[in-house]
Amino acid sequence: MRLRPRTPDTRTERRFRIGAAALPYLLIAPTLLFVAVFTLFPAIRVFYDSLFLQNQAVQEPQFTGFGNYAALFQDPTFHQVIINTVIYVFATVPLSVFLALVLALLLNQKLRALGLYRLAFFYPTILPMVSAATIWLFMYTPGYGLVNVFIEFFHIQSQNWLGDPNLALIALIILGIWKQTGYFMIFYLAGLQGLPHDIFEAASLDGASAIQSARYLTFPLLAGTTLFVTTIAVVNAFETVDQIYIMTGGGPNNATSMLLFNLWQTLFSFLDNGKASAISVILIAVLLIFTVTNFLYTERRGSYE
Amino acid sequence: MKLRIDRLSRSFVFLFLLSALVTSLAACGPAASPTPSSVTLTFYYPVAVPGPITQIIDGYIAKFEQQNPNIKVNAVLSGGYPDTLTKIETTIKGGGTPPDVAVMLSTDLYSLVDSNAIQPLDDYINTAGGSSFTSDFYPAFLANSNYQGHIWSLPFQRSTPVLYYNKDMFQAAGLDPSHGPANFAEMVADAQKLTKTDASGNTTTWGLEISSDGIPYWLFQSFVIGGGTNVVGSAPNQVMFNTPQVAQALQDFADLSTKDKVMPTGILQWANMPNDFVNGKAAMIWHSSGSLTNILKQAKFNVGVSYTVGEKGYGAPTGGGNIYMLKGIPADHQAAAWKFIQFMTSTDIQADWSINTGYIPGRKSSMDTQAMKDYIAKTPQAAVAPQGLQYAGAELAAHDNAQIQKALGDAVQAVLTGKSTPADALAAAQQQADQILSAFKN
Repeated sequence: MRLRPRTPDTRTERRFRIGAAALPYLLIAPTLLFVAVFTLFPAIRVFYDSLFLQNQAVQEPQFTGFGNYAALFQDPTFHQVIINTVIYVFATVPLSVFLALVLALLLNQKLRALGLYRLAFFYPTILPMVSAATIWLFMYTPGYGLVNVFIEFFHIQSQNWLGDPNLALIALIILGIWKQTGYFMIFYLAGLQGLPHDIFEAASLDGASAIQSARYLTFPLLAGTTLFVTTIAVVNAFETVDQIYIMTGGGPNNATSMLLFNLWQTLFSFLDNGKASAISVILIAVLLIFTVTNFLYTERRGSYE
Repeated sequence: MKLRIDRLSRSFVFLFLLSALVTSLAACGPAASPTPSSVTLTFYYPVAVPGPITQIIDGYIAKFEQQNPNIKVNAVLSGGYPDTLTKIETTIKGGGTPPDVAVMLSTDLYSLVDSNAIQPLDDYINTAGGSSFTSDFYPAFLANSNYQGHIWSLPFQRSTPVLYYNKDMFQAAGLDPSHGPANFAEMVADAQKLTKTDASGNTTTWGLEISSDGIPYWLFQSFVIGGGTNVVGSAPNQVMFNTPQVAQALQDFADLSTKDKVMPTGILQWANMPNDFVNGKAAMIWHSSGSLTNILKQAKFNVGVSYTVGEKGYGAPTGGGNIYMLKGIPADHQAAAWKFIQFMTSTDIQADWSINTGYIPGRKSSMDTQAMKDYIAKTPQAAVAPQGLQYAGAELAAHDNAQIQKALGDAVQAVLTGKSTPADALAAAQQQADQILSAFKN
């Protein structure tokens, strides 16, 4: 910026200051507008809609307060949906993050055909979820699907993976982990390769074992990466929908119905706008609480990166 | 600096106004029609069976446009049945223009009337001859067209579940390949003879496979109707899930895998059934009559077609799509839409559609066309499903239909996976349905 003109005229001075103060706002205006139109407005609108009954029986919106929420919390199917979602989150997040770290540590060694291994583990990420789900649908086919052929080799009886309520959610969890682990592995690999060499040299000179240097150096130094991939894994888990649509339709008997799929079904199959809006609000609230907690935790704790 | 900001904000205002102008211009864009005398209809149709459906439909439309030079039809493949309904309902809710004509499930009737999406066809039907026009359609297919004293749709692509059986396996097992089982007990006995296990005790061929994913209520209705009753109530705000006969039907369904051991356990997938059948993994399957063409094409053995059964004998629900006229379309579109509906449900088109897909013609007269007679002479299996309509009952349809059908479907799946008993599951489904339907007066 040029130097301020030294002029005694205070009116010009003030106008200039207001202009300068407005500049940052003007600069973020396009983004703000975008966020407001595509994020804030829909969020507020969906909350507003969630306060109204609007479904097949009530075509014109009718104010009901928190009636839609009350109906949801009394609905045994919705309880099942919440339980399924929680199980899915607590199974896929730690397992895929842990496996990603293990794979990254292994593939950070000097191996033959290293690129091939990395590609093999990363490739599920490139596939669209719909294609992956279709492939796994074949693999889970009772009788002659690949998964059953594989377990029969170990003399385990062939299973109807997607048709058994005790196995269907596990089948989806396995697919979920397979799909995203390679993606997280890449972040860990990047993290590992960015680690300073000298610290590890110093540690080994001081007689630290491999386990000790992993425990006290590698893992803490990768904490930032862990936080990042955990966040993505949690959001992924809550946004699980494609594979349910393709593979189970939420069945058998709601055993694989999760929040986003239930939301889709309530809106587009049951045409229940009020209840679907209430589910959206719950989903937004859960993700918002998680993100804010995560953010505050990171801010407080700081990061090594 | 100040000057620059001013200029900047002025150009912002200009841009804003410009974009507002462009948006408003765009909004009135597609309203222009080609010529005043011609009408362009939009027709939504879903694809629910394998085959070159789009090509066949395009062929019909070319023929229709040739016969009616002042009508153009813009055919839109609208996904599956649920997608079609969703597209239309959201268009209407959002204040947009729906298509003029659409093929939707016959059971979508109440949902469509409730959301004020369709218009009755009575006036057109009356000018076309009234009851002499409708009497050519199979009554079983018109069952889901009547409501509040109006006819709302005409049968277009209809089906029923049928029993496909492997005649070669029947022969090998010492069964008479000329006919399928006549009731549930016979079906179990046949299936037990057809089920084959290898030396290590693994089943290599199942006697029977009946799928229960997706819309499990549908094939389950075959058990119920074959048992001499139905789950459909006398009004669209009623269902009859919780009766001893329905519970017995559900017990029979579950027994097939748990007690009779002729069917794999758990939920079987609709899409796998034809593959399992043509590959000899299953000796009998229940599937849509609409799968006939595809199964015959792939099977390398003699395929028999028979009726699905319950305790008391043959029985099946109807299924498939009807053709509807949407509400709120301009008057000239309405007249053209009726012409198009008449054309698509005409004797010849229904016969041709049936030959090419395996759907049952909506009209009885289609069975008497030369094309159909030639086809049946070549493929006698195609005559089975239309004859079976005498045993058919109405498909489950009510207000809030998707939820009602899911309530019954969940009960079926809960029992088939051993999570509940028929009595408990059906009582729960009935209670859920009653609660949903209590919001509707009739």
